[in-house]
This record gives sequence, structure tokens and C-alpha cells, in this order.
Amino acid sequence: MRAKHFAAPRISTRFGQVWRRNFLVWRKLAIPSMLGNLADPMLYMLGLGYGLGGLLPQVDGIPYITFLAAGTVCYSTMNSASFEALYSGFSRMHVQRTWDAIMNAPLNLDDIVLAEVAWAASKSFLSGIAILVIIWALGLSHSPLTLWIVPLTLLIGLTFGALGLTMTALAPSYDFFLYYFTLAITPMVLLCGVFFPVTQLPPLLQQVSAALPLTHAIDLVRPLVNGAVPQKAALHIAVLLGYAAAGFYAALVLTRRRLLQ
Amino acid sequence: MLSLAGVRKSYGAHEVICGVDLELRAGECYGLLGPNGAGKTTTLRLALGLTDPDAGRITLLGEPIPRRAREARLRLGVVPQLDNLDPDFTVLENLLVYGRYFGMRDDAIEARIPHLLEFAGLEGRARSRIQALSGGMKRRLSLARALVNDPDLIFLDEPTTGLDPQARHLIWERLKQLVAQGKTILLTTHFMDEAERLCDRLSVMDHGRLIITGTPQELIANHIEPQVVEVYGEGAPGWAQVHGQRLCQRWERTGETVFCYTGDGEPVLRTLEGQRDVRYLHRRANLEDVFLKLTGRDLRD
Repeated sequence: MRAKHFAAPRISTRFGQVWRRNFLVWRKLAIPSMLGNLADPMLYMLGLGYGLGGLLPQVDGIPYITFLAAGTVCYSTMNSASFEALYSGFSRMHVQRTWDAIMNAPLNLDDIVLAEVAWAASKSFLSGIAILVIIWALGLSHSPLTLWIVPLTLLIGLTFGALGLTMTALAPSYDFFLYYFTLAITPMVLLCGVFFPVTQLPPLLQQVSAALPLTHAIDLVRPLVNGAVPQKAALHIAVLLGYAAAGFYAALVLTRRRLLQ
Repeated sequence: MLSLAGVRKSYGAHEVICGVDLELRAGECYGLLGPNGAGKTTTLRLALGLTDPDAGRITLLGEPIPRRAREARLRLGVVPQLDNLDPDFTVLENLLVYGRYFGMRDDAIEARIPHLLEFAGLEGRARSRIQALSGGMKRRLSLARALVNDPDLIFLDEPTTGLDPQARHLIWERLKQLVAQGKTILLTTHFMDEAERLCDRLSVMDHGRLIITGTPQELIANHIEPQVVEVYGEGAPGWAQVHGQRLCQRWERTGETVFCYTGDGEPVLRTLEGQRDVRYLHRRANLEDVFLKLTGRDLRD
């Protein structure tokens, strides 16, 4: 690790062309990619929402499927951003050496890392919005406040895209990502209030949950689905922004160490 | 075009570039020769601003490196050692997307593409997927991609490694065309015939140092005896014991082959005529002889 690896990011506007490159590839495979991304969260939401929801009284005063749908917007966005930053990002960085090719052009690694985070956010944005569309279509929420979920989805995608990219920077191979999913993503899914209210957890786990970014995402999205303004919205947004900024900077330092030796 | 002055680079305790000075003149083809691990690729990475030197100064196309590497790379083309074409794109898309990284407008890139495809011998392949291309075609596409921004200077890192003779000759011919058009070329290679054919000047690099620099003719004239007799076969070692010291200015043996370096091959040949257990070849010394003399015959991995 050298001092230079910690330097502030230097971005050129040409980073947009790297985003555009990823978009072009995605466009070729858009339909299977969307289906693959959406099937899992949608099945969870509809299966558990109706199946389990039928057995449950209301959760936090709302039907279970509505409760679950708000969590699923966040979970789906998180998953999609993470997969893109980890598996696809690693392909581009390490396997296909796409990044190497780009760094021979007048772009630097900082441009690429920013483009990758932005791309992961863009792709996950679609996954989050798709769930939101289902919420509207099923009539689970009629509140115009749900429109606020649109920009929030982008923020959630940036956060998990940036966090995922730090793992990509450290990964020796694809197998490494299993740790991230079992040690970070799955615990978040279970502890952050996707399937049940965080208040059901023992106090210690509630404290852990309060520190995790997915909790803050859900604390913003769930009230909006229920037609209410989220409490402490500024705090939750600040936490997500903080994770996004820290993740981006860590990804930058780690990829510099990895690729600019 | 490119200048390196007193450049050093270490990884941990291991110094891989130990004070390199290099001056590339406009319009020349300059070769960097060296065995594996000599520091050729690291030198290119330093020149590109992809890694920072520990000491020394680097200027690329008038810009200080690494500080303004991005600006310098606007007028540079790079053909990397390992192809990193975009496998998800067609030939045409590869060129288009790469041109955009230089801030070029789509119509400007599209106007150049037919010319680039023709230059690379890939006419009619615009819509081909990368997986459908042969190794030689991929190399040529890498070369075409490096030219998308009409660079003044082109770096090629082992451009013909792994190619068949036909593909190599085509690449050589294209590189000569580029020099004829006034482009400057820096290429690394460990093929001596490639360097001898293409390079106006070259340096032999080993253990992070440039050992010698000059034209291929100068290096052969100044650093090696003019003639070589290669002697093969069971009788070769015995022959060398008897005649090597007396008739060769210098001789080397590897297995059952003896290389006899001399100013005059005739007396050597007279002792070999009629010997049953040897075969032999008399030839002029070439760049490979210089290279092996300077870097030794030991394997490098």
C-alpha cells in the first residue's frame, strides 16, 4: 500500500463512456438478464407474501404482503447491485481485462471505478423499480409518496454497488464472493427487516441491525409504501450516502493497490 | 516522443527497473528486447503512467508522466501483450466503443472504421463476433483498435507472440506501413528476427537495465564476431575440445551443439569436412547471437 493509493479521486467526464459500454453489453442481453434478476425477489415476495401472509394477522398494522413488498424493493435492489459489482465487475476487471484496455485510453482507474458503481446502481435501479411497479399493479399502495422510492432506489444501488466493488477489488476468484453473500448479504436480508420487523429481534441483534445499510434503506422505503413520510429521513439518507462514499473510496484504494502496482 | 531518465522501480526489496534512460525519436521504430522478466512490460507500464516510478523522470508526447498520463494517452495507441478485446461486442462495436473512450464523436469513428478494417485485413468482418476470429485476426483487430484515435505513437507489447508465420509477416508489413506514414513505434519482443527486420534502433534489456542500444547493424558489428559455425552431433564436443580453443575466438556448448564464433570460418570448416559424426552450419552472426552473448543461455521463467 502506497500513499498514492489514498489520493483523492480524479475523475474525467469520459467515465460516462465506460458506463455506456456496460449499458451496450446489457442491452444485448436485456430480457434474460431482467428475468434472471427479477424472478428470485418476485417469487419470494409473492410466495411468502400470499402464502405466509394468509396465516398472519397484519404486521405493523399492514397486510403482510405490503410489509414484505417494501422490504423486497430494497432487497431486490441490493441483490442486483451486488451481483453486478461482484460477478460482472470481476469479469471485466480480471477475466476479460476490459479495465486494462480502458486504462490504455485516456481514462484512469478512478473513472472506471466510478463508472462501475454508477452502472451497478443503474442496473439495480431497474430491479427495484420493477418491484415498485408490481406494488402499484397489485394495488398494494396507492400513495403518491411511493414516487420517492424511485430516486431512493438509485441511492440504494449506489451504496451496494460501491460496497460490492470493494469485495471485487479483493477477490482472487469468483469463489470469494460466496463469503460476501453468506457473511454480509444473507445476514442483512435476515436482520434488516425484509421479512419481519426488526423489533422482533433480541436487543443485541437490533443494535447490529441499526448499523447495517439495508435497515436504513428499508426504514425509508417502508413508510413511503404505507403512505407516510419516513421518520429521521435525513439520518437514513446520510447513512446510505456514508456507506456509498466509504465503499467507493475503499474500492478505489483497493483497486489501485491491485492494478496500479 | 518518449523519454525516460534515470527511471527506477522496485517491488518490495526487488528492483525490477534499475535506472533506465531511453529516448524515442519521432518517426522511428524502437525495439525493446529482453528475456522474460527483463522489465520490458514494466517499462511500458511506467511510460503509460499505470505505475509510478520510484525515481527518475518520464515524458510521454510532451506530457509529464504519471501526472498528465491521461492527456498523453489521447495521442497514443497501445497493443497489449494479451488481447483484451471486448468479447460481448462485434468487431465494429469494439472499434466504436474504444474510440468513444478518446472522446471521439460516433460519426468521426464510423468514418475511420472502413479504413481501419482494411488496414487490419478484416474487411467483411465488421459484424463478426470476437469468438469467431482467429488469433491472428484478434491481434490485427487489437492493432486496428490502437489506431482508432490516429495516434502519433504506438506501443506494441510482444505483438506477434503466439502467431503463425503468415500472421506474423502480415503484422510486420503493417507496422512498416505505419512507420512509412510517419508514426513512431515502440515495440517489445523476444523475437530477434522481428527486431532485426523492423527496428531502426533497439535496446537489449536484462535485469531491469538497458545493456546496449544501437541499430541492429551496429550491435551485430560491435558486439559479436562476424561469423558463426554451428556444429551438431555426437562428435561436436570432442571436436570443440581439440579445435575450439585454437580456431574460434569464442565458443559455447549446449548439449551436443557447439557454437564457434570467429572472424573467419574457413579454417574451422576445413577441420570439419569429412568428419562423420558431426553436421555443421556456417552463417553470418545475427542479432540473436548478440542477444545470447549478452543475456546468457540460461532459461528464464
